[in-house]
Amino acid sequence: METDWIWGLVGGGLIGLGGAVFLLGNGRIMGASGILGGLVDGSGRNTAAERIVFLLGVIVAPLVLWPLYNVEIDTHLTDDLVVLVTAGLLVGVGTRIANGCTSGHGVCGISRLSLRGIVATVFYILAGGLTLAVFRHVLGVI
Amino acid sequence: MRLVLALIAGALFGGGLFVSGMTDTTKVQGWLDVFGDWDPTLAFVMGGAVIPMFFAWRLTKGRRPVAGGAFPAPPRPEVDRRLVTGSVMFGAGWGLAGLCPGPAIASITYAGPGGIVFVAAMVAGMLLAPKVDAQLNRLAAAT
Repeated sequence: METDWIWGLVGGGLIGLGGAVFLLGNGRIMGASGILGGLVDGSGRNTAAERIVFLLGVIVAPLVLWPLYNVEIDTHLTDDLVVLVTAGLLVGVGTRIANGCTSGHGVCGISRLSLRGIVATVFYILAGGLTLAVFRHVLGVI
Repeated sequence: MRLVLALIAGALFGGGLFVSGMTDTTKVQGWLDVFGDWDPTLAFVMGGAVIPMFFAWRLTKGRRPVAGGAFPAPPRPEVDRRLVTGSVMFGAGWGLAGLCPGPAIASITYAGPGGIVFVAAMVAGMLLAPKVDAQLNRLAAAT
């Protein structure tokens, strides 16, 4: 749709505002994998409450906005179990080893001109594009 | 105070992911798929998010967080093997399913059973990460 980019820009702005609130308010970097990962492995025990509340906000916001949309919302997520489990494992392991994902390294890292954030972003985009090219266009499995 | 701000930040993040279409895996894969029907939306989302964050970082100079504590330390300058290997693994998973951690969490209530399977696998991956990391370090030391 030709309005997709406008919604992308608006939604992106909201994401950036969320990051700004978390940074200027709590002094924290808004990285989804770091916030969840710290709860999962216990490294974020001291800030567990604020992590849980943040994630709650992430989950609840779409449900609140949902009724305002009269279009059907579909995530188009694959139902292939092998793909889902492999992808989930790779995302979980990779973001913890790299210490960040699209929000932490991408949004928060690039905006402070962090070399690590920029390098991470270049590599996960290249890896994502290459993986999709191979598995969709060469092997035809996704 | 901290909790209220965290809830607001989370809601803005989740709402932004929803509104921008980033919980739709076809839009994410469409952006990564340069050999297919390329979808530029993700670039607008990234751009839209980086702009407020750029100003937020500038506002941190000479100030303290509203709720107390300190701002994050300046970014480390070194690019190491872990940053690159981890990002490559993450990117591969991102391309396969079209989900990264934020949208996976945001869409947990409406992505169906597949969304729950993905998040469960992602959490398992986070628990396994130190073991995989140690194994990679041994491999790197041996070569």
